[in-house]
Amino acid sequence: MSDLLQTLINTLALGGLYALIALGYTLVYGILRFINFAHSDIVAWGGWLAFTIASGLGFLSGAPGFAMPLVMLITMAICAAMGVTIELLAYRPLRKAPRLNVLITAIGVSLFLQNVGMNDKLFGTRPTTIVPMMPNTELFSIGKVPVRLYDVLTIVLALVLVVALERLVYRTKMGRAMRAVSFDERVASLMGINVNVVVSVTFALGSALAAAGGILFALRNDLRLTSDSTWVLLGLKAFVAAVVGGIGNVRGAAVGALLIAFVEVFVHFYITRFFSGTEWVGKLQDVYVFMILIAVLMWKPSGLFGKSTVEKV
Amino acid sequence: MTHPDGPGSPRGPLAPLQDRVRAHLPNPGLAAGKSAAPFVAAIMIALLMEHAIGPAVGLTWTKILLDVGIAIVLAGSLNVVNGYAGQFSLGQAGFMLVGGYAAAWLTFYGQIHFFDICPSGVEIDITDGKMCDPSTIVVTKEAVTCALVDCFSGKGATGGFLGSGQLLFLAGCILGGIVASLFGLLVGLPSLRLRGDYLAIVTLGFGEIVRVIGQISAIQPKDPTEIKARSMTELLNNLGASEGFSQIPDYTSQGTPGAMFWVFFFAFLVLIFIYRLKYSSKGRALLAIRENEIAAEAMGVDTTRQKVVAFVFSAFFAGIGGALYAHQIQALDPKELGFQKSIDLVIIVVIGGMGSITGIVLGAAILVILPELFREFSEYRMVVYALALVVVMILRPQGIMGIQELWELSPWRKLVQRIKRRGNK
Repeated sequence: MSDLLQTLINTLALGGLYALIALGYTLVYGILRFINFAHSDIVAWGGWLAFTIASGLGFLSGAPGFAMPLVMLITMAICAAMGVTIELLAYRPLRKAPRLNVLITAIGVSLFLQNVGMNDKLFGTRPTTIVPMMPNTELFSIGKVPVRLYDVLTIVLALVLVVALERLVYRTKMGRAMRAVSFDERVASLMGINVNVVVSVTFALGSALAAAGGILFALRNDLRLTSDSTWVLLGLKAFVAAVVGGIGNVRGAAVGALLIAFVEVFVHFYITRFFSGTEWVGKLQDVYVFMILIAVLMWKPSGLFGKSTVEKV
Repeated sequence: MTHPDGPGSPRGPLAPLQDRVRAHLPNPGLAAGKSAAPFVAAIMIALLMEHAIGPAVGLTWTKILLDVGIAIVLAGSLNVVNGYAGQFSLGQAGFMLVGGYAAAWLTFYGQIHFFDICPSGVEIDITDGKMCDPSTIVVTKEAVTCALVDCFSGKGATGGFLGSGQLLFLAGCILGGIVASLFGLLVGLPSLRLRGDYLAIVTLGFGEIVRVIGQISAIQPKDPTEIKARSMTELLNNLGASEGFSQIPDYTSQGTPGAMFWVFFFAFLVLIFIYRLKYSSKGRALLAIRENEIAAEAMGVDTTRQKVVAFVFSAFFAGIGGALYAHQIQALDPKELGFQKSIDLVIIVVIGGMGSITGIVLGAAILVILPELFREFSEYRMVVYALALVVVMILRPQGIMGIQELWELSPWRKLVQRIKRRGNK
């Protein structure tokens, strides 16, 4: 019973993390129809920036209560600005180009961010253990299972941000503009929507969420180098979550993130326990993630909540 | 049989039908020669690379040329599925890994099973982990001495260029290609239902799954007696776990006899294949799918079948490329052959020009040689590379060659026309 509860909490926390990152992928794909490979690097930069800013402000040990939200907001703002700048300089000139070109450009931007991040004057080439601004205290416990601060923080933050984004996309004027551009960019611009502004806002939102995800990830795990494959894998899984949910769909991304986390944590835990004799079963969690991706896409080619498009001649 | 001009016409009676048909057919000997000529030329050039150019340019440049050759094999393989068929594959490194594993399994375990390169009893391990030839052991009061046996150095262990070891390596390359192409069939099947980016994501997922499966395979035994005690099939799962498959015999690194020959032989083989494919009806069908899948289907192209076939061929050559790669760096690390490696190959194809054969050769050469030249500026090398990638994509989105070939460009054409006109006079 306590195992079940613990696994469920872990699932929810990881799902929240994936959801935050997946939203960035899904928003950009929904509007520009390309996989933003540089997104996982924004996540990495978010983690590193938060750590750098916190140590710059002297918030590393015994920080006041407002420290964490403050650092988070600053980091999210910086990352949002980064996202907008990247779009402006790298993706905007290619708005009309074939999508593969934009994709390669995104990979170029990704490599750029990874390697600039490794510069000594920025984050350097050594992994760091983050000194948390808030200790991972036990808030309360259900039965014998302790519920810790980071889990609650991740789940609550993800929930709040997903709901906020959902409201923004479906209830505001900007959201309507975003959906219009996603539907048809040319017609939207004829209707008086400034496409460039909409795209910039999308990138700002996605990158800010990515920064939040990066901070939450860094709090639990050490800060690996910006070029480390953990970030790429984190980004890939979040992207898989977005695709499974139906890319371009906010609710879908959240559901997909929960599904991926469920498979990675919950299913993995119980399968490993079932086959406790064989050691290699314990290393299969990534396989489950990509298997579920392939399975869902074979069943519903545009994801769980994606609109299936009928091609017309 | 009546003659159209009637009997007694000045042209005389008509020759039998078979003879008339035969007169229009090309000479069978000549036709066979024509189709064999490129292969002969490939072998000649590969031999030239091996015996003349390799020694002439020195070891550093031999290494770079070998890297270019392997990059051509891999980029050529991706060109079939990505450049021709327009299906975006992000799992090419997965095929490489599969091919590399199959080939390494055959050459590493095979050299012990088939050629007995480590004589039995060598496990007498006396000097800090080094193996000893038991027949040479001399025990004196001071120490135990013996002739060391380096079982796994690979180089020349089994009879030099075209020796039995190299034939095993050739078999390994082909086995790698075949195993990879079976995986290609597996990956091609989702294209029944998926298009564009979604297919790309599935190939990406496939690559990651292969990587993890490599990591959970059993460890690689390195003791010759232990290897000999088990049959080849029993060793199928021993692919080195997460440390990777190591001590793969060296057949394609610089300085090894035959390295240049094999790499460039396979590079030219791939180039000939993709050239012939491009100008065949199958290739035209693939190009049609790339340009417009619905239109291609309307014109009677079985799009699904062609896409699956493209995946199978692409995987075959990627498997061979993986085998060449594994025997060059003598190790296969599943972490190295992940998503990033697939991306590197996509970059070569896009920078060179999608579907252009000259393009991928240029792209492979540029993307291998340039980073080598800037090795001194190691700190900023990757930053500049990344920026260059973005700038090239913005300024020349179609890549170096676009979809054209060198021989389709107008200066080249004019030259060929002028030569032909001279010939006619």
